[in-house]
Amino acid sequence: MNIALALEVVVAGVVLGVAVWTIVARDNYAAVAGFVAYGLLLALIWVRLDAVDVALTEAAISGGLGGVLLLGAAARLRATETVAAERPGIGVHLGAVVLSAGVAVALAAGVLFLPDPAPSLAPAANAAATSLGNPVTNVLMAFRAMDTLLEKVVLLLALVGVWSLASDGVWGGRPGPRHWADPRGVLAFLARLLPPIGAVVGIYLVWTGANHPGGAFQGGTILAAMWLLVIMAGLTDTPPARGRRVRLVLIAGPAVFLAVGLGGLWLGEGFLTYPVAYAKPLIVAIEIANRRFVCATRIWDRLIVSRATRTNRSRTSVSRLRSRTSCKSIHLCLAGEPSSGGPSWNAGRFILPTFRATRNIRFLKRQSLVASIRCLVCRCCAKGSLLV
Amino acid sequence: MTEFLTGVLGFILAMLGLGLVPILRGPGDADRMMAAQLIGTCGIASLLLLGAVTGVSAAVDVALTLALLATFASIAFVKKGTAFLEADGSESTENE
Amino acid sequence: MSLIFNIVTVVGVSAGAFFFLAGTVGLIRFPDTLTRLHALTKADNLGLGLVVLGVLPQAESLRGGLKLVCVWLLALLAGATVSQLIARAARRGGSSQ
Repeated sequence: MNIALALEVVVAGVVLGVAVWTIVARDNYAAVAGFVAYGLLLALIWVRLDAVDVALTEAAISGGLGGVLLLGAAARLRATETVAAERPGIGVHLGAVVLSAGVAVALAAGVLFLPDPAPSLAPAANAAATSLGNPVTNVLMAFRAMDTLLEKVVLLLALVGVWSLASDGVWGGRPGPRHWADPRGVLAFLARLLPPIGAVVGIYLVWTGANHPGGAFQGGTILAAMWLLVIMAGLTDTPPARGRRVRLVLIAGPAVFLAVGLGGLWLGEGFLTYPVAYAKPLIVAIEIANRRFVCATRIWDRLIVSRATRTNRSRTSVSRLRSRTSCKSIHLCLAGEPSSGGPSWNAGRFILPTFRATRNIRFLKRQSLVASIRCLVCRCCAKGSLLV
Repeated sequence: MTEFLTGVLGFILAMLGLGLVPILRGPGDADRMMAAQLIGTCGIASLLLLGAVTGVSAAVDVALTLALLATFASIAFVKKGTAFLEADGSESTENE
Repeated sequence: MSLIFNIVTVVGVSAGAFFFLAGTVGLIRFPDTLTRLHALTKADNLGLGLVVLGVLPQAESLRGGLKLVCVWLLALLAGATVSQLIARAARRGGSSQ
């Protein structure tokens, strides 16, 4: 057995194992860890298949930013994980298995039974019609420039859609609470040291995308990750949606692309054609404008997660209510156990069974409010000695 | 030389697989944070070796990206997706 | 000259692989979270450093070699700070249980 073949079998085995584990894991947090691992291993496979641009994107998106998005969602959903009745039934599982298997078979058939020679833009792209050395950038920016322009517009529209999901009170505001970390601590130190290095790497990737694997998308994602790091360390806050500068940056990407395309109508041969002498500078200018655009939309992607997870609030569980109250006697009251002498437990004994019988959320909320007021009163009276 | 590097590459990937098993199953969130860190480091080493084996010099760029983003993912795991970093603050004693 | 380069590569990469093995075995066998973290960082510093040292002679240009060293330094920085954070999270998580 060839050693390279053995290596590929090992890689495939590890990736499949991690994928299966991600699906089977019960805890959301653990599943996200598995998903991040899966993404990073896939980047390895893409490099092996000689698709380094895709590897860069895979490492950047699923390794870094995807993990952060999913973790934010998992953190908000952690309180509802204990509700066992919410698990989907066997029919849904079977349907998902059949659908996934069908897609996998179709993809495998498409790849394995390609016509020979396979239809491809590679010869034309490699002919360097725009004096760029990277065939991927050639295809993205020259041969299929219309697709790329429309992609940017779609991103912008998606962002507007996400913003419109905000309720009236927070319209135009920031997507989430301000993060906090100790300003003299380790995270703040890292957030001061790493972003300049990351910014250089991001700009380098955008610049080198002309002739080597790289490009605006990958570079913009790294810049977004560095910006998010600074936000996560509490050194700065997320930009509000009503900010003029943010909106200008967001519009600049597609606008520059469109302007260059229209300029091609006058100076070149048609919409989105580049005059031969100016092709490379124009393409780099488009990439730079779109880099900031990609970076800004990544930050706002977090809003999707925060808005989507809020809809689960209607399924209030006892554990969620418990997490709201910090008084230990409330926990004991709601559990129906006698606390260490608290007078509320007699009344509290009936709360949970009644809730289970009636599934009346308002009742539970009202009772827990009453219990917490009682706790406060008792605490003031007993000077905190009886109730912990 | 190529066979040797390929062999070491397979070895490191096997280490990555082995190291994943107890950590992804491990109780507690700290083990999963360590999983992210381990995958990042092993991935970087694998990419550097893969770049040397196949002659794709851009693999070093991917390794650079991975280094930055594995850090980012690890920090996101430590923060557990919340806005408040529990693992800091009053516990830091460097300036006392 | 290329013989010396090959020897450096073989020695460096083998030593790096040995430290990766040591780190992984430590991760599996050590009993406590903090000790496992200690084993993990050995793979990070020494393992990756020796692998980079081994791959350096195979780099095509000075720029490629500098990039390799940058990757290692970045991984060092990341590993050091993230292990601090993980250790504090583990200690805080352990003390609150």
